[in-house]
Amino acid sequence: MSLVELNDVHVNYQTQGGAVPAVRGVDLQIQKGEVVGLAGESGCGKSTIASAILRLLPAGTEVTGEVLIQGENVLAMKPGKLRAVRWSEASIIFQGAMHALNPVRRIGDQIAEPILVHNQAGEKEAKVRVGALLEQVGLPPRRMNDYPHELSGGQKQRVMIAMALACNPSFVIADEPTTALDVMVQAQVLRLLKELQRDLGLAMLFITHDLSVLVEVCDRLAVMYAGRIVEEGPSHDIFGAPAHPYTKALSAAFPEIGDASFRRKPSGLGGDPPDPMKLPSGCSFHPRCPDAFDRCPQIDPSLYAAGPDRRAACLLVEGALAVAETKDAVIADE
Amino acid sequence: MSSLPPTGIDPVALDPADPYADEPPPPDTPPSSPRRIAWIRRKRSFIRFVRMYRKSGMGMAGLIILILFLLVAIFAPLIASSEELSATCECNGVPFSRPSWDFPFGTDNLGRSIFAFTVWGARTSLVVGLAATIMSMAIGAVVGISAGYYGRFTETVLMRTTDWFLVIPFLPLTIVLATVLSPSLGVIILVIGVTSWPATARIVRAQTLSVKERPYVERARALGAGNFHLVSRHVLPNVGPVLFANTILTIAIAILTESTLAFLGLGDPNTASWGTLLENAFNNGAATTGLWWWLMPPGLAIVFVVLAFTMCGFALDEILNPRLRRR
Amino acid sequence: MSDVLAQPAVGAPIDGREPVLEVRGLHVTFAGRVGLIAGIGGKKATQARAVDGVDMTLGKGEVLALAGESGCGKTTLARAIMGLVQPNEGQILFEGQPLGKDLKAYRRKVQMVFQDPTGSLNPRQTIYESVAEGLRIHKVPGDEEELVARALSRAGMRPPERFFLLYPHELSGGQRQRVVIAGALALEPEVIVADEPVSNLDASVRGEILRLLMHLRDEFQISILVVTHDLGLAWTIADRVAVMYLGRIVEIGPAEDVLTQAEHPYTRALLNVVPEAGGIERPTLAGEPPDPTRIPEGCRFNPRCPAVADGSAESEGVANACLTQDLGLTELGPNHLAACHLAAKRAGRPVPPPPA
Repeated sequence: MSLVELNDVHVNYQTQGGAVPAVRGVDLQIQKGEVVGLAGESGCGKSTIASAILRLLPAGTEVTGEVLIQGENVLAMKPGKLRAVRWSEASIIFQGAMHALNPVRRIGDQIAEPILVHNQAGEKEAKVRVGALLEQVGLPPRRMNDYPHELSGGQKQRVMIAMALACNPSFVIADEPTTALDVMVQAQVLRLLKELQRDLGLAMLFITHDLSVLVEVCDRLAVMYAGRIVEEGPSHDIFGAPAHPYTKALSAAFPEIGDASFRRKPSGLGGDPPDPMKLPSGCSFHPRCPDAFDRCPQIDPSLYAAGPDRRAACLLVEGALAVAETKDAVIADE
Repeated sequence: MSSLPPTGIDPVALDPADPYADEPPPPDTPPSSPRRIAWIRRKRSFIRFVRMYRKSGMGMAGLIILILFLLVAIFAPLIASSEELSATCECNGVPFSRPSWDFPFGTDNLGRSIFAFTVWGARTSLVVGLAATIMSMAIGAVVGISAGYYGRFTETVLMRTTDWFLVIPFLPLTIVLATVLSPSLGVIILVIGVTSWPATARIVRAQTLSVKERPYVERARALGAGNFHLVSRHVLPNVGPVLFANTILTIAIAILTESTLAFLGLGDPNTASWGTLLENAFNNGAATTGLWWWLMPPGLAIVFVVLAFTMCGFALDEILNPRLRRR
Repeated sequence: MSDVLAQPAVGAPIDGREPVLEVRGLHVTFAGRVGLIAGIGGKKATQARAVDGVDMTLGKGEVLALAGESGCGKTTLARAIMGLVQPNEGQILFEGQPLGKDLKAYRRKVQMVFQDPTGSLNPRQTIYESVAEGLRIHKVPGDEEELVARALSRAGMRPPERFFLLYPHELSGGQRQRVVIAGALALEPEVIVADEPVSNLDASVRGEILRLLMHLRDEFQISILVVTHDLGLAWTIADRVAVMYLGRIVEIGPAEDVLTQAEHPYTRALLNVVPEAGGIERPTLAGEPPDPTRIPEGCRFNPRCPAVADGSAESEGVANACLTQDLGLTELGPNHLAACHLAAKRAGRPVPPPPA
């Protein structure tokens, strides 16, 4: 059994202009101790998935499908049970560490908060635990008496990581954990996350727009576009030989220094991610796709097998067109 | 698979791969000149503004009350003859008479129509309110924008002055000024104008400071724009709405101040205003002898006008202040 | 030290191109604020030396990338070149002429593209007005509408008339950046200074903007100075790369040389942190981004330098120089300069003697 499992998750945000489909049918499995990367551009639904897993979406948002954590459906949990699962089984490192800390409370108290809330320890034990956590993320324990403004950006992100680990979760979601950080600090934080993950045997869902970061830290990769996963598989295979034209374009945005094929040849896609209210017909990527052909606006592709342990939602995947057309025929018969 | 177009990304695909080519064009016909473009833009934003304003019940109620008072003020000569304000008019009735068909709000100690005074008082109150506010707005905007935009020494001097004006007790200063200068409508306007700008200046300065740091101001500067261009094209349009919403509230305060001054006997004795009407009533013991028809009309008129301006001000604030808009 | 600075070594533009923009010994210092009482008490304001002696040349039609961590002074240098901050010392020369007080004519020729396309467009102005702004400021003669349309279509917004009446919030991030670029193009500039032009954009859109910049260079011979923290971006578009550390250029040269055979340990450290498959195990510099209010003695990189830390500087006999001798750029390869005692020693240059 997977530690975390998403089955056909749909999320619709309610706005004044009507329901906005942010996630349109996502299946994802994360095994114990596995790091899965979720890549995609802003608005593709990747952060929505993070919030949906812990049921942190705004009230009124419509979520269907199943989110199973250790076999239990988060979406159907009672509030008390949900609180127990949040933080002690699954926790989240938010994007924008700068703003997620309360500026008027000592960081030690903020880290201790989830420990005390979940009744895992008394005040005194909690303090010992906070010290240990800070050490784990590479900060001296005495810093627990500091206020957030006394820390640099990288140190704040370390505190956020310590908070996420406070209740010994088995699963951590990292939502753009390094986006606002400087290059050098970003490398330090990434390495810390990877080390912690390995030492503690954590399962992780790592969300970022930066495909090259994901390749560094993830075992498996899922690429999202317009609310769906368009490609998934082992991260090195995907980065090295993308099957979906969108993944190809994304990986080209992160050139390899020294590789002459990137030199003076910036490549990118024309156009912009589609408006979720007005998705194109067929494959939602076809208006921007350099490889699109006449069938693309007609057939909405599902994920097709594209090599060992790999799937991609593109009709150009070998054999995909045949599968799609027989399925179309079946639907037409019905 | 043979039907596929050639693959790969064209290195300079700026033209053929125009991703916007298959989007439908906007409904408007292409505009013919820059001036027309600016005009269309203004018309559109005005229509949008009206549409939003009409959604606000409070704003609409305030606006209706205001329009009523405005009509009364404009058509005062048609509603009540100015002769009715004179103590020697033959049209005057019995002193201290209760409201009747001839004298809808009753009469005062000289038998003059209180209705006529209330109608003519609307003129004074609105004129003083608007004129004093325009003055206060102009001073506040100039001081606030200069302080916020130029910063450094200018800011220190201007803002300390503003602080000084802000902390001196407003009413005593007004009273002193009104006493020293001989009472006339112009003086009243001047006195209210020069004492009510500091709050505006502070708000405008705060907004200017925030606009000044926006990247588009820096972009304009990098394009070669001078201070005049930056202030008139970027700072003012972005400060304007806040200034406007604040101004409407200032009118209410100005009207109230005019009434207060007049009530204290510092108004222009030759002009009919709600304040002088109240003062007169008070001096003749209207409050103690139960002459309610003498006190109620000017009192209620002040309350309604101030309330109407305040309601409009709040409604405008909700629309024009982007921070409140997305609540 | 003074003779090093008297005749500074500066990298030349590639392919012997004419220099368009030159920066000579530029210093920009920001003074911190001191309270009145503390000032009377003799407390001095802390000075942040954001740009601390930069010499640089940009050739006609050349793309130069200025790279470094945040706080290294690269954005301040760009802003100083635009005349948006006043240098304390040094000169900027445009086509051989030093900048005077009146920057208006200069600003027509040198344009800037900003990091945040959303913020750099006034939300109350239509696209037309945003693009026409520069034309109006400089009172450019001709049919304004035609000029705006041409600038927009050059920036890849076609057909331009369709965008005239739109507001910035109705466009996507990539389109907004094109509008900013169109606003710059309308004035037919010779130099574009682009401060992190794509870092706020989605990955799939970045390539398009970079391609547009390359196209402008090829078509109109516009020189481009790109400020970036991303060495991958530098590899993709730049002819030359300058790496800045604590207000100074520590390495400059042709992109191929700097990015594949870096001489300065700092450049190597930056290259090490470019994410790459399997790269997580490579060494990274410890510590926080450097603080321009406290520039160390000697080589400014010495407290974080891996060569000083692992003793390789010591064993080659330059450790003392690293800790005590400030240094300028030395030519170590063809048009490839770096400010490193160790690299200079390895290239056979004499080690400066300890101070008397």
